[in-house]
Amino acid sequence: MQFMLLFSRQGKLRLQKWYVPLSDKEKKKITRELVQTVLARKPKMCSFLEWRDLKIVYKRYASLYFCCAIEDQDNELITLEIIHRYVELLDKYFGSVCELDIIFNFEKAYFILDEFLLGGEVQETSKKNVLKAIEQADLLQESQNEDWGATS
Amino acid sequence: MPAVSKGDGMRGLAVFISDIRNCKSKEAEIKRINKELANIRSKFKGDKALDGYSKKKYVCKLLFIFLLGHDIDFGHMEAVNLLSSNRYTEKQIGYLFISVLVNSNSELIRLINNAIKNDLASRNPTFMGLALHCIANVGSREMAEAFAGEIPKILVAGDTMDSVKQSAALCLLRLYRTSPDLVPMGDWTSRVVHLLNDQHLGVVTAATSLITTLAQKNPEEFKTSVSLAVSRLSRIVTSASTDLQDYTYYFVPAPWLSVKLLRLLQCYPPPEDPAVRGRLTECLETILNKAQEPPKSKKVQHSNAKNAVLFEAISLIIHHDSEPNLLVRACNQLGQFLQHRETNLRYLALESMCTLASSEFSHEAVKTHIETVINALKTERDVSVRQRAVDLLYAMCDRSNAQQIVAEMLNYLETADYSIREEIVLKVAILAEKYAVDYTWYVDTILNLIRIAGDYVSEEVWYRVIQIVINRDDVQGYAAKTVFEALQAPACHENLVKVGGYILGEFGNLIAGDPRSSPLIQFNLLHSKFHLCSVPTRALLLSTYIKFVNLFPEIKTTIQDVLRSDSQLKNADVELQQRAVEYLRLSTIASTDILATVLEEMPPFPERESSILAKLKKKKGPGTVTDLEEIKKERSSDMNGSAEPASVNASAVSTPSPSADLLGLGAAPLTNSAPPPSSSGSLLVDVFSDSASAVAPLAPGSDDNFASPDLASSEVVSEEPADTVHDADELFHKFVCKNNGVLFENQLLQIGLKSEFRQNLGRMFIFYGNKTSTQFLNFTPTVICSDDLQPSLNLQTKPVDPTVDGGAQVQQVVNIECVSDFMEAPILNIQFRYGGTFQNLSVKLPITLNKFFQPTEMSSQDFFQRWKQLSNPKQEVQNIFKAKHPMDAEITKAKIIGFGSALLEEVDPNPANFVGAGIIHTKTTQIGCLLRLEPNLQAQMYRLTLRTSKEAVSQRLCELLSEQF
Repeated sequence: MQFMLLFSRQGKLRLQKWYVPLSDKEKKKITRELVQTVLARKPKMCSFLEWRDLKIVYKRYASLYFCCAIEDQDNELITLEIIHRYVELLDKYFGSVCELDIIFNFEKAYFILDEFLLGGEVQETSKKNVLKAIEQADLLQESQNEDWGATS
Repeated sequence: MPAVSKGDGMRGLAVFISDIRNCKSKEAEIKRINKELANIRSKFKGDKALDGYSKKKYVCKLLFIFLLGHDIDFGHMEAVNLLSSNRYTEKQIGYLFISVLVNSNSELIRLINNAIKNDLASRNPTFMGLALHCIANVGSREMAEAFAGEIPKILVAGDTMDSVKQSAALCLLRLYRTSPDLVPMGDWTSRVVHLLNDQHLGVVTAATSLITTLAQKNPEEFKTSVSLAVSRLSRIVTSASTDLQDYTYYFVPAPWLSVKLLRLLQCYPPPEDPAVRGRLTECLETILNKAQEPPKSKKVQHSNAKNAVLFEAISLIIHHDSEPNLLVRACNQLGQFLQHRETNLRYLALESMCTLASSEFSHEAVKTHIETVINALKTERDVSVRQRAVDLLYAMCDRSNAQQIVAEMLNYLETADYSIREEIVLKVAILAEKYAVDYTWYVDTILNLIRIAGDYVSEEVWYRVIQIVINRDDVQGYAAKTVFEALQAPACHENLVKVGGYILGEFGNLIAGDPRSSPLIQFNLLHSKFHLCSVPTRALLLSTYIKFVNLFPEIKTTIQDVLRSDSQLKNADVELQQRAVEYLRLSTIASTDILATVLEEMPPFPERESSILAKLKKKKGPGTVTDLEEIKKERSSDMNGSAEPASVNASAVSTPSPSADLLGLGAAPLTNSAPPPSSSGSLLVDVFSDSASAVAPLAPGSDDNFASPDLASSEVVSEEPADTVHDADELFHKFVCKNNGVLFENQLLQIGLKSEFRQNLGRMFIFYGNKTSTQFLNFTPTVICSDDLQPSLNLQTKPVDPTVDGGAQVQQVVNIECVSDFMEAPILNIQFRYGGTFQNLSVKLPITLNKFFQPTEMSSQDFFQRWKQLSNPKQEVQNIFKAKHPMDAEITKAKIIGFGSALLEEVDPNPANFVGAGIIHTKTTQIGCLLRLEPNLQAQMYRLTLRTSKEAVSQRLCELLSEQF
């Protein structure tokens, strides 16, 4: 996978993950172009499209579009399920996830993604194992916060 | 406030995000952000040391601002500080910031690498995980340099935790993708292969990706992975749906791992070991069988995961292309999907069948689905699916169904989406030519193409129809008749006028016997279109007219009247005016015989590959078309050999273009005219553009320049032993960017050089030519290094024979070793006796520091990262100077390459600038060098900037290169 983007129906980028080195300028250009292309597509259309020399796999969940760019030999259907598994992970972690969770806890969304995908490849497919890793980290955080007392 | 706070809530951050969301306008948002940036900046700069929590909060805010799309130019240091925090949460935010923003600020890379190193050594799996994630996310060359040796050890160490192993495997994969040269193969590779047997499926999943990528580049080394992958796959596909617990996804056992294993197997041919092969076949059959079973769940996730494995299995079957039974089964399965209610499956089935169509075992089976595919073309609502259907029709086309497929494609073209019209036109043109048994069908098809989608018919297509008509005399009469009829339409596309004009000009006589298409009628028909056409087409029509003068003497006066009219003879366009003048003159003064010779029918074109195919390949990218074509070629013997696979250089294979010029000898009367501004002109330019850089001279003058008389007279030949050095600096500088040529020449002696350099070593051949007919005696060349130069440059020479016969040449070899960087050049002193007089002369030997350059290719990002790293004022040397030679970009490029550095394209945002990079190799050290040359055409000036880690090197390289432009 070359990159993953999450954006809202209004075209606001909520998460971006790049697995290939690109300049900020290129990233912005790609994002603009893809958000436009994907938002212009009608529901019921195919979830895959050719774009430049990549394949785009996207799926909409409520107000959010999840969009992955994969290479020619990569498998479209399994990528669709990568998206779904990520949504499940977010859902499980936040408890019925919504766009606001991802806005206010964007860092968590990135941490969960890193446990699931690394370098553009699936690292761990077990939902249990991914969440265990994140929750362990949260435990570490909470115990430290207690040490720290109330801060804002 | 709806903030769902998990773990540690950073309230300040949540408040800030809320504020941003409440901003009513972009301006308000920017204002709020600027306020926050000012606040954070003052906190970071304040006297009071910030506690870790605040630092984390502010860094996180900066990150949020950056992700909103704003630029962040500070905070990196604070983020790096967080990395060394003992608190997990602070470290984590620090790493996230670095992962997202490190590209734009790399001075801290050393500090970051240090923190990573500490975490990797911490033996705390959570910290190790964070560090590995960071390396995998950044994946820069610097990180590869620092960690590519370490990570394989972590990966295969017995006591590494599973989760760390997973991260290490993918981290290594990322580094291997960016810097394969830095990841050393070694003992660890065999141990990595055995991770396929690991009991932890997560480890296997991560490792399989790594192994696949490594195996693609080093298949031999990873060959043992095949049998391991097959047995792993076999265990998965035969397991019950609950065996794998959490690795079962909607009743499908380990779909991600299955897909990866099938992908790994596609790096190899079918297994040789019959047992392994049998087991794999069983696996593939099981997967195909499961597709026929009723679904275990109605959820789309179930069917997607199951079919993901199925499609990957089919890819492997196609890749092996050796089991007819499996291929046909795969084809039948895809056939079912063609009519599936899920659009996604229809799309993928069409795509996958395209590759199946090229296998000889399944080609026929694919063809049975033609009606379904044609139907898809007509009924699919999604253009991307229709596109796939077009591709598949193209792939399944052969002689038996070509007429039907071409007809359907033409049909579809009438309503096709604009985005895919050009491609369909190309495909139709190719199929029509390739499978034409009857060339009248071919001509009809192309004329239909022009009629239906004239705007999308590229030059290649109409050039091609003309070539074919000219080369095949059985179709010429038909072609003339058909274009004549097509031109009757009141509004016809300009491309049709071009084809019509050309064909009637050549073969109009074949239909002139029919009173309905008499010469005058033909002429009037064409001329009625004339005024609506563009200049290139009008130019072509004028050539048709002069051809008519030859074909039909009876309408000569009519044509002469047209040519003579003011609108032609005084046309504002020089090309048209010139043609009119010259054709009129030709028709007036030339005898019939001369006219017949000059305006003879075009000779056949040499048979070449259709340039249409080349164009399609270019459009679709290599691979997609080539493979199909090559396989198909084997199956179908070509009728005219015109559809051979393209040679490597697609753009160099061009059809000889009929261009806007009809005359075989047309060049003769037109030689003085400027190239017509027609688009056909640009086609020729394209063809030559590839070779332009190769033709560009490396140095401003050819070697002959060196022998120019003024130099010969200015040299010093003295009776006395003199220490005058032949400073001929200009000559010396010419050798900075080249290695061979004449170094010195006078009436007696010519000195030529040939040299080669590699890293810090070099060898120079010096050729001494005696230009006289008299012997040179006591001929002693000596290479001298000054005291300053001696420690830096090791030169070894062998003595030469002291006698050089008249007209003879002797050769001397100098072995060169660069010990450290140096400024001066060695001196070559030559003493000899000629006709009783003693000759003594010295020249500088062009061994310059830049000769030890090794070019380095790097991405724009890497370049600027390094550029910033070398920002110490002592590392940079700049020179602004007046251009001494014409400012030609191609020559400049050649010089920069000749200088020894790599020429980096698309690095500098200003395309007029030149950027180079390389490493100077000396025995003691290597010095990275970056250079940038900014031409100012208006002022005829250049600004040259050199950045290297060593001041003296920057200085010397800048001096040397400044003299070149």
